[in-house]
Amino acid sequence: MTDENHDMATCPAGLRMEGVSHAYGGTPVVRDLDLSVAPGELVCLLGPSGCGKTTTLRIAAGLERPAEGRVTLNCRPVSGRGTHVPPELRHVGFLFQDYALFPHLTVAGNVAFGIDSLPRAERRARVAEMLAQVGMGAHAEAWPHQLSGGQQQRVALARALAPRPRLMLLDEPFSGLDKRLRDQVRDETLQVLKASGVSTLMVTHDPEEAMFMADRIAVMRDGRIVQEGRPDVLYNSPADPFVAAFFGEVNLLEGRVEGGTVATPLGPWAAPGLADGAACEVVIRPEALCLAAVADASDAVAEVVAARMLGRTSLIHLRVGGHHLHARVPGRVLPVPGALLAVTLDPTQVHVFPAGGAK
Amino acid sequence: MADIDIAETFTAPPRPTTLGWMAGRGVGWTAVAIVVAALVGAPVVVVAAHLLVPSGEVWAHLADTVLGLYIANSLWLMAGVGAGVIVGGVGAAWLVTMCRFPGSHMLEWALLLPMAMPAYVVAYTYTGLLDFAGPVQSGLRALFGWSSARDYWFPEVRSLGGAVAVMVLVLYPYVYMLARAAFLEQSVCVLEASRTLGRGAWRGFFQVALPLARPAVVAGTALALMETLNDFGTVHYFAVDTFTTGIYRTWLGLRQPAVAAQLGALLMMFVLALVLVERASRGARKYHHTTGRYRRLPRYRLHGWGCIAAQAFCLLPVVLGFGLPAGVLAAWAVETGAEAMFAADFLTIVGNSFLLASIAAVLAVAVALVLAYAQRLHPTRPTRAAVRLASLGYAVPGSVIAVGTLLPLAQLGQALGVMLIGTVAALAYAYLVRFLAVSFGSVESSLGKVTASMEAASRTLGLGAWGTLRRVHVPIIRGSLLSAGLLVFVDVMKELPATLIMRPFNFDTLAVRTFSLAGDERLAEAAAPALAIVLVGLAPVILLSRAIARSRPGSAE
Repeated sequence: MTDENHDMATCPAGLRMEGVSHAYGGTPVVRDLDLSVAPGELVCLLGPSGCGKTTTLRIAAGLERPAEGRVTLNCRPVSGRGTHVPPELRHVGFLFQDYALFPHLTVAGNVAFGIDSLPRAERRARVAEMLAQVGMGAHAEAWPHQLSGGQQQRVALARALAPRPRLMLLDEPFSGLDKRLRDQVRDETLQVLKASGVSTLMVTHDPEEAMFMADRIAVMRDGRIVQEGRPDVLYNSPADPFVAAFFGEVNLLEGRVEGGTVATPLGPWAAPGLADGAACEVVIRPEALCLAAVADASDAVAEVVAARMLGRTSLIHLRVGGHHLHARVPGRVLPVPGALLAVTLDPTQVHVFPAGGAK
Repeated sequence: MADIDIAETFTAPPRPTTLGWMAGRGVGWTAVAIVVAALVGAPVVVVAAHLLVPSGEVWAHLADTVLGLYIANSLWLMAGVGAGVIVGGVGAAWLVTMCRFPGSHMLEWALLLPMAMPAYVVAYTYTGLLDFAGPVQSGLRALFGWSSARDYWFPEVRSLGGAVAVMVLVLYPYVYMLARAAFLEQSVCVLEASRTLGRGAWRGFFQVALPLARPAVVAGTALALMETLNDFGTVHYFAVDTFTTGIYRTWLGLRQPAVAAQLGALLMMFVLALVLVERASRGARKYHHTTGRYRRLPRYRLHGWGCIAAQAFCLLPVVLGFGLPAGVLAAWAVETGAEAMFAADFLTIVGNSFLLASIAAVLAVAVALVLAYAQRLHPTRPTRAAVRLASLGYAVPGSVIAVGTLLPLAQLGQALGVMLIGTVAALAYAYLVRFLAVSFGSVESSLGKVTASMEAASRTLGLGAWGTLRRVHVPIIRGSLLSAGLLVFVDVMKELPATLIMRPFNFDTLAVRTFSLAGDERLAEAAAPALAIVLVGLAPVILLSRAIARSRPGSAE
């Protein structure tokens, strides 16, 4: 708790990482990364495993010392230019994938661990307050091994928030939970984080989780941020096929631009901003394919190869002019294999990218 | 074992197990580790350096007269003990883990009991029992009417063969313990596959189980042979001249420290060979897949003669290595009890032993904790090399360490103008050098219980490296710290050669008193201090056997 308050007006608060690079034993893991988290904002680092997102988180916490770049926390430089503030002096909260509860301390002992500089009465009150907030008030005297995975996660959250950190860092915090529990714990965690108003940086490989939790998502690949923005922007306007594919299954067609359009088995498609003759990739979400009975000779026609009902939607495998496409349609549509259907596309879910732009 | 595996499965991907933030700040820990390692490794280096010191006439004289004998005796001892511990240790381990017969559960832990017996104590009891004047030969003479030693033949206890027998009896548990663990770890499927392919119990053992357990057997044998080379009490009493007796004589009799150091350096060559063999076998162990979870082993149920043979095979080492010597000691102690126990200085001697052992145990655990933690914070090349150097001492015989400690201390003392030799501090230093590896191994493996993210959690919650060690690591591994201390405590209680050479003037310990009484042929009086050592030595054996009971196949699921 230093003199950050009077600086607050003159510089951006929250977390700021500039030009950060890091390597493990010569292998670059994070490359020239810029990232910021505004006060009270929840940012998700999303990417496949090995993309450097956890390392980025650990650099923010001070658990790793970046090889290059600067990290600023609430206007105070904490890494870079020869300084490195160790994690114990950063006032960050870290929620670990395995929760990392101390097995030799009770639930209350764990939560009190980071606030033992407080006077006894105040400490007790804070522990009780935090446990109540995460709904674990009744388990204060329990031992970590007596708790279920979801309960351990909540205690870990209370422990990390108890010292009122300036920044919360979450490392795949829900991956240890089974699917049904995960949705519930996720919802509760989001509420607790938002109620405390803390800036949060979270790492996940689950796009649905990121879209649920995040105010802003940064998609990472090979140590770099590929695209950053609001969840709906990333879903609707992906910057490249990688980002598009990361948010859900896609159909990928290759083609060449001629006269401003690219030929697809479903007809020509506008390729704005691409030069004639350029190779390009057309990304079509399965939801973009609308199926109907063939009515007109001008319709693009597809043959049904197989159809599978998945509950809320059905997955239909189609063959169109030698290409294999997947369509995902709502309701209980289940055409028989061999049937012919007319296909139209929802233009908001079709994206054209230059070929080999990012793979 | 099992809880370590669980901890590992819960850990995040193994990538950042190091705590990289220390890159600039933790130089202190590395520096401490290197300084400690240099101090602990110094005696070994001093002795090794004497290989290069020009040798004088005494050395030439030794080389002409006794050196060949030392080498021959040491080699024979190693050959005999090696063969004996392999047959006894592996055989017993296989029988109790893979076969079911009355008493097999009890034998599983009872087979460890001889570990509580120092070799020299067993040597004294068998000498007392089987010597010309002992009850066995007297009884035979009375029975058959013989009058002198010329009338009959009886094996000489105090001989090379006797030394081999005594050491096999107390050292086979090393092989037994590791071989048993290896058999338990072996996948049941492999053994079942060998049975479906037509291998019976015997051929399955020789063609599948034994080759798989070989690294463990080699490691156990190497440990037993290191102890063999370290032994002083037995070979001294049996007048089998080896390096350790030679070092003792050259140092205290001939007053030739440099030559003693050279003998020590030669002895270390033997040990080095063993260490290399053991390291190589340990490297191979990594290829073995272990789940840490045991399935109930299919056991061969033994009947009739097979059952009796198995019982005899497993019972024999327990009786000969523990039961009989302990019984003889007890009988002697009762015989001379009142005098020996309440001899004016008996309590002083017990106090001396406990004092030395406690100091050494606390010191060894504290230093091991610092080294293991430094290595964990910075698993860099210098730290790891430092740790290796510091844990070398366990392979080096106590007499060599004594020489390697005393030489530099004498010079340092001269330079400072203080008497460093013959102080409790010097002795504690020698014990630390010798037994640090014992505590280090157990501290290092128990640190695995603290996951990297627990460490990181503590750091983000505001504790530094030192605070984290104190508030997180130490409470979590407290049990292991205690048992590490106990192991060192017991080893120091038994230690003889270094204590003999380095103890302060008129400062007797239980081991030294046992040694000197036995040397004066007052075997019965030596029983009281010997029994005290054995009783203390039982503590780690009980700990080990409880661990064994817990890891019994089928109960750990």
